[in-house]
Amino acid sequence: MITVEFLGPIQKPILSMEASTLRDVAEVLRQDDEMAQWIDSCAVAVNDTLVSSLDTVLKEGDKVSLLPPVCGG
Amino acid sequence: MLELHDGALNVPEILTRWYVQESASNYGAYIPFVGTVRDEDGIEGLSFDVYEPILTSWFDAWVAKAAPLGAKLKMAHSRGDVLLHESSYIAAVFSPKRRVALETIDAFVEDFKASAPIWKYDLRDGQRLYARDRSTAIAGAGLLGSAQ
Repeated sequence: MITVEFLGPIQKPILSMEASTLRDVAEVLRQDDEMAQWIDSCAVAVNDTLVSSLDTVLKEGDKVSLLPPVCGG
Repeated sequence: MLELHDGALNVPEILTRWYVQESASNYGAYIPFVGTVRDEDGIEGLSFDVYEPILTSWFDAWVAKAAPLGAKLKMAHSRGDVLLHESSYIAAVFSPKRRVALETIDAFVEDFKASAPIWKYDLRDGQRLYARDRSTAIAGAGLLGSAQ
């Protein structure tokens, strides 16, 4: 199992799911109506490191984080 | 040095403390940037969420980038509510000579706005409203929605 957390303004509780790569996570979230407004604008981190490939391999206990558009300062 | 504070920043205390910390470090330039919440569009203030693990790694990467230039970075940011005319953000660069400090503070603050995992909300009529139209997608965003 891996967990998926939604940061900042995305009002969604942590998900747990079976996934071997980020592609599996993408398939689940693309079918989630709540995520429709966010999925195209979120960056993705695995265990707090930003990643850039759907082929990123996930292992038991990994944490995937979705980061919506930012505005510090 | 990265500091996170609950609520507004105490600007005089932070700027003075950083000054004292480096006063004997032989830096020729100390250039702080202070961000202040402005009274505009009827807001009562701003509020911030911060994701500390990635903010820390982002900041550490900047410290490593500045070090070969002889520059030192310091930054403070608020969590939670910050009211009008209060400060939510201070960044500062120390360096032996002014040119490096001026260029580094410019690049650092611009990258902060584009990349630091901090989310801003307007405080309006007792509500906390995500400032989506003023926010920037982090480089590489949209990965999960793309058909790779």
